[in-house]
Amino acid sequence: MIIDLQKFIAAEQPFWDELAQVMTRQEQDPYRRMSFDEIRRLHYLYQRASADLAKIDTYSAERTMHRYLESLVGRAYSFIYGAQQEPVRFAPWQWFWSTFPAAFRRRWRAFALSLAVMLAGGVFGGAAIIIDPEAKAVLMPFEHLQMDPAERVAKEESGANEKRLDDGKTTFSAFLMTHNTRVSILVLALGMTWGIGTVLLLFTNGVMLGAVVADYLRAGQSAFLAGWLLPHGAVEIPSILMAGQAGLLLAGALIGGGAAKPMGERLRAVVPDVVTLISGVALMLVWAGLVEAFFSQYHEPTIPYAAKIAFGCVELILLVLFLRYSGRREIGLAVGKHIFGRWRRRP
Amino acid sequence: MKAGAATAARTHMRTIRTPEGVSFSLPLAGPVSRCLAWLLDALCLVAFAKAVQVVVALTGLISQDLSRAITMLLYFLFYLGYTMALEWYWNGQTIGKRLFGLRVMDVRGLRLRPSQIVIRNLLRAVDSLPAFYLLGGVVCLVSRYAQRLGDLAANTIVVQSAKVAAPRIDAVLAENRYNSLRAHPHLAARLRQLVAPIEADTALQALIRRDNLDPAARVDLFAGMARHFKGKVAYPEEVLAGISDEQYVRNVVDLLFRR
Repeated sequence: MIIDLQKFIAAEQPFWDELAQVMTRQEQDPYRRMSFDEIRRLHYLYQRASADLAKIDTYSAERTMHRYLESLVGRAYSFIYGAQQEPVRFAPWQWFWSTFPAAFRRRWRAFALSLAVMLAGGVFGGAAIIIDPEAKAVLMPFEHLQMDPAERVAKEESGANEKRLDDGKTTFSAFLMTHNTRVSILVLALGMTWGIGTVLLLFTNGVMLGAVVADYLRAGQSAFLAGWLLPHGAVEIPSILMAGQAGLLLAGALIGGGAAKPMGERLRAVVPDVVTLISGVALMLVWAGLVEAFFSQYHEPTIPYAAKIAFGCVELILLVLFLRYSGRREIGLAVGKHIFGRWRRRP
Repeated sequence: MKAGAATAARTHMRTIRTPEGVSFSLPLAGPVSRCLAWLLDALCLVAFAKAVQVVVALTGLISQDLSRAITMLLYFLFYLGYTMALEWYWNGQTIGKRLFGLRVMDVRGLRLRPSQIVIRNLLRAVDSLPAFYLLGGVVCLVSRYAQRLGDLAANTIVVQSAKVAAPRIDAVLAENRYNSLRAHPHLAARLRQLVAPIEADTALQALIRRDNLDPAARVDLFAGMARHFKGKVAYPEEVLAGISDEQYVRNVVDLLFRR
């Protein structure tokens, strides 16, 4: 049976208008905090609009009103059931020192897998260049890597490249930051190909790296190699591995591996960590870009290799300590207890 | 909280069942409207790139190297951040989506979280492969809720969000001061019983939009409708005497939607 639509609208319209006003106000300012009375009123208005929609569903088929009420109930539903206890406010300090390393530690297995794939690529690339040195053009398709290592070291140490870079260091740095971030995003995004694309990219990067390392070691240029790669590689290579970690996390959620949860739920569970990891990667690549453009490209006699190697080692140690310990509650508590204990013992 | 799924097959609507037992549907956006919105956003990016070039060129007076680096970084940041920032501040809309009446929403109808916005935009890197969003477009065509890979990972959907105005049916019903069909309550009851809701709504929509119709088309439309309703319940001749077809339909609608 059809209800008296005109009377129904006349009676309910003020409540719908009020609900629409509340929703517009909240949508315009998501950080606005509602008082308890406002929340109770919103809940009442939402339930009333829901009941009206149910009535319309049952008794009438007036399309405009149906769509209007659906849209109103949908907006209120999204607000009420999607509400969080605290509004989302980004705290960069806490995010960097706590959230980011914690996400890395929580998902360390994916990182281990990423590292294993790249190492496998490295071993393959290294073995290939030793067995077949002619394969250099295929394994390392970059002009500056094609020449003989000893020849390149001599050229670099003559300072010719340093002079060339003098007018373009900032641009080179910006290029490295943007290019490496793009590659990292691609490594992550290819996780949606069930991880196949991510694994392939990690493996090919490993092949190139392994081939370069083997080529320079074979030519007896280990000091140049370490001095050239370590300062930026100590941060850049872990960044790519972490992008792989994020991609493999996506792939794991997509595949499921016998998990009882549906795919949507599995993805919902990993996405916050994936976003945290790739954001951390972007930050690390900014640092790596600066170091590569302003430091790594300078060789002896401008900067001694020992200094460059020491710099890279310190970076790597700090990164490991940061990822391993930063933001751990028990360490914070132990440090606090230690300081507090000393303060208490003072006469 | 329970968000019920819609039908099993691929559908153009996402139906959500609330804990109050009420269902509401979100009309999903198709690949064409999404593509047009994206083209508009791409134009905004190009316009921004040009503007940045002009502004940053001024720093070239100090250093060409710095000028090139700033241009490169700003463009990259804007390229990545444009959709993310707008979708967060405009509740799932960018300039393109706003103009084409589209909105990104959580697949369960809830509010978008920042991580969802970031991941759906980062995954454009794979959706745009091999070129022109071909992979994303194909996935969008075959997926249940018209989602590209980024949407699948982020659990988001893109819906049509054209603003729906409150219904105004007063104009149709308030004008009907005298309704001769009400003089026969038993026939009115029979008519209410026999007319399906969809038929009643069609008649109401025709009356709401009457001014948009050509006079000839209007006469034809209401003649057909009057014939249809007369076939359901036969009112005495004297009740219908002197009433135009349109007025007859108006009386029927009045009878159906008002007690």
